[in-house]
Amino acid sequence: MRAYWELAKSSFRRHSTYRTAAVAGAFTNSVFGLIRASLLLSAITTAGGAIGGYSAMEAATYVWLGQALLAPLGLFGTAELANRVKSGDIAVDLSRSVNLTASYWAQDLGRAAFDVLPRGLPPLIVGALVTGLSMPGSPGPYVLGFVSILAAVSLNFLGFFAINLLSFWVLEIRGFWMLYMVVMNLLSGFLVPVTWFPGWLLDLARATPFPSMLQTPVDILAGRTDGGESLAMVGIQLLWLAVLLIIVQMMVRFGSRRLVVQGG
Amino acid sequence: MASPRALRSGAGRDPHAPVTNLVLLKLLVSARLRSQLAYRGSFLSDVAGQILLGLTEFVELYAIVHNVSSFGGMTFAQTLLVFGLASVAFALGDLLLGETDSMSETIRSGKLEVLLVRPLPVLLQLATSDFQLRRVGRLIFALAALAAALLFADIAWDPAKVVLALITPLAGAAIFCALFLGAGAMQFWILDGRQFANAFTYGGRYVASMPGAALFFPIQIFFTFVIPATLVAYAPSLVILGLDGPAGIPAWTGWLGLPAAVVLSGLMLLLWRAAIKKYTGAGG
Amino acid sequence: MPIIEVEELSREFQVMEPAGRFRRRKKTVHAVRGIDFIVEPGEAVGYIGANGAGKSTTIKMLTGVLVPSSGRVSVCGFNPVPQRKALARKIGVVFGQRSQLWWDLPLQDSYPILGAMHRMPEADWKPRFQELAGQMDLGEFLTTPVRQLSLGQRMRGEVAAALLHRPELIILDEPTIGLDMISKEKLRQFLDAERRENGTTLLLTTHDMSDIQRLCQRVLVVDDGAIAYDGPLTGLADVAGAVRTMVVDLAAPVHSADLLSLPDGAVHQGIEAEGIRHSVSFDPRKLSAATVLAAISSTAEVADLSLHEPDIEHLVRQLYGSARL
Repeated sequence: MRAYWELAKSSFRRHSTYRTAAVAGAFTNSVFGLIRASLLLSAITTAGGAIGGYSAMEAATYVWLGQALLAPLGLFGTAELANRVKSGDIAVDLSRSVNLTASYWAQDLGRAAFDVLPRGLPPLIVGALVTGLSMPGSPGPYVLGFVSILAAVSLNFLGFFAINLLSFWVLEIRGFWMLYMVVMNLLSGFLVPVTWFPGWLLDLARATPFPSMLQTPVDILAGRTDGGESLAMVGIQLLWLAVLLIIVQMMVRFGSRRLVVQGG
Repeated sequence: MASPRALRSGAGRDPHAPVTNLVLLKLLVSARLRSQLAYRGSFLSDVAGQILLGLTEFVELYAIVHNVSSFGGMTFAQTLLVFGLASVAFALGDLLLGETDSMSETIRSGKLEVLLVRPLPVLLQLATSDFQLRRVGRLIFALAALAAALLFADIAWDPAKVVLALITPLAGAAIFCALFLGAGAMQFWILDGRQFANAFTYGGRYVASMPGAALFFPIQIFFTFVIPATLVAYAPSLVILGLDGPAGIPAWTGWLGLPAAVVLSGLMLLLWRAAIKKYTGAGG
Repeated sequence: MPIIEVEELSREFQVMEPAGRFRRRKKTVHAVRGIDFIVEPGEAVGYIGANGAGKSTTIKMLTGVLVPSSGRVSVCGFNPVPQRKALARKIGVVFGQRSQLWWDLPLQDSYPILGAMHRMPEADWKPRFQELAGQMDLGEFLTTPVRQLSLGQRMRGEVAAALLHRPELIILDEPTIGLDMISKEKLRQFLDAERRENGTTLLLTTHDMSDIQRLCQRVLVVDDGAIAYDGPLTGLADVAGAVRTMVVDLAAPVHSADLLSLPDGAVHQGIEAEGIRHSVSFDPRKLSAATVLAAISSTAEVADLSLHEPDIEHLVRQLYGSARL
């Protein structure tokens, strides 16, 4: 356990050295927030007050929380593992005494912990100044929101990890990566809340783990759902976490066996 | 598909013929294309991914528009025209210079030095070495969206509008090329600043494909007169559709796309030259 | 006219170094300080020095990738940075760690493109390519994608690519790093032949002493941004007092150095593996390896042996030390 804690800490430190990148990311997420918020607000004004259950203020809060959590939740992923498989360095990782998935997971949590302030805070400040935010007054949503964020970071990590693991079988994963990104971006509610979707697309989204990766923590944190609903949503996140974990562990097992058979 | 032998099929060609710019360009581009077809499975999923990417961008617009009767003062078909024009322009710009987006990678890996010791402009080598055929997927979808928009949007055509409709995608492509070029140049100074540039390139695409009237007023001004993103599709669409623009993007800006493209390209080329100079240390 | 002329060449960089937890301060690093040298056409020059001594900075200034802070540099009559493209037609450059080939394409597909870049008609580049492919034995892997080539195969391909346009000067940055013995030898033979037959000037940086021994009549040693030695290799060994080391494994253990007979001038360096492995150093100008071996064999049966050349880092350190005295 200590090893994973150390891995997470070193990952936190490593990311804290990329200060320019953090500033650039915060800037860009704020600009996108401004564009996105103005589009949603314009539509809501035309619609006469609310769309898909979101009032103007709620939609704005949704946008800013989404932009703030984008980086910490890890919606862009990294191809580090795939690169290590390509270069053959994965053999070193597999020979270590730590579990492969857990060690990368710990590092991703370390990264997420760093990203919260420098990349998360600026969009929220811009949002509070430009449109205002509607945040809950009671502590409940924040506590559950924190749990939900942890679950969402882990879900995003596992999703990208699974795509990375494909490199055990295919030479170039960029295409799969691209497909995953595109579908995830849409169905996670990152672009537009999923409740704005036409019915058929909403049903499709709810049958996937993607809303659990962004919309769920954002909605819980904004206090849009009451305690019971929030608990149920976290339950769904944990369910998906178990499913993805099983898939990833199977992929690691068969993939590393394949590596051994082929001798790298 | 082109085989490895295709290059050497000199049957009809004079082996003593001098190498013209065109021959060189064809060689560079065809090498690039064949490189991408080398991983066929991945290439096909890449193209599918790009088509799907275009589709999700459309769904994003649709998810908003289907909830309202008009969005930023436009009907669904009218927003589709903006979306189609912007997508075609972006797809073309991305196809040509999209990968200058990852300039910091080119600098870090030392690849830039390899390009510098060849007797060709770096920009030409970058444009051809990064000519991503998979991005044609995006163009296919964009053209389909544009065709649908032209079919469904009620347009009272006159010769001026036809001219505008023809130059708009090309001027827009030039604007995006210039933005990508600027994004690449910027990374010579801010090596970790790739995401910073994304605010203008991908942010520009996002703004360009939406009805400009739906934006906050300061955003309208910024993305019209500083980063000319609304001039790519929205402003010309106002003219083509005969609509009035919002305060920040009056309808007369509809004809500003081409001049903006020329000015911005010129500025960004200067910035690019300065960036190369900065790298070789000639700047100071 | 010299092919490379370097006069009072200097280059400094501003780097940011951490000063405290969040602040950084500017610091000037003098990568190259006022070096002078001239290379005549047809020469083969080894440019050596420790990591960070200023080798790559010099190479960058010679190839037009970097402007000098001060001083003058002329390569093939050109001022490298302002005349970069014209210069590129006259020189070939091989960066050991970076490929100039088209990574995903069969090796043979890179050459028509490079030929076209140098504006060579097919009648011009093709015979040259066939000549290079023959000399470098590229035949068997010409149809293999570059990414699948072994390092040795790829490096042969890289050198052929750099020579396709018949450059007057070829600059190689660590060409043999990571190569196996056979690939190294092949590459050296080829470069040597290329220089003798076509008069191509050779400038190479390396960490491998045998590259220099096989290829270069002249060495430039750069240390801390300045030229510490310019002259023939034998002279360098004189100055630095270079020694070779012979490591012998004996058939039966010998536990004391005194029990081993050694010729005058050879120095016993140590015993390992409980008396089986002995290392002996000697000055190659005074003693041959055969003499040393014969002497050892007269008192003990030798089962195995290996010879170690002085490494460049060591030589340079020695040289630098002696220059300071």
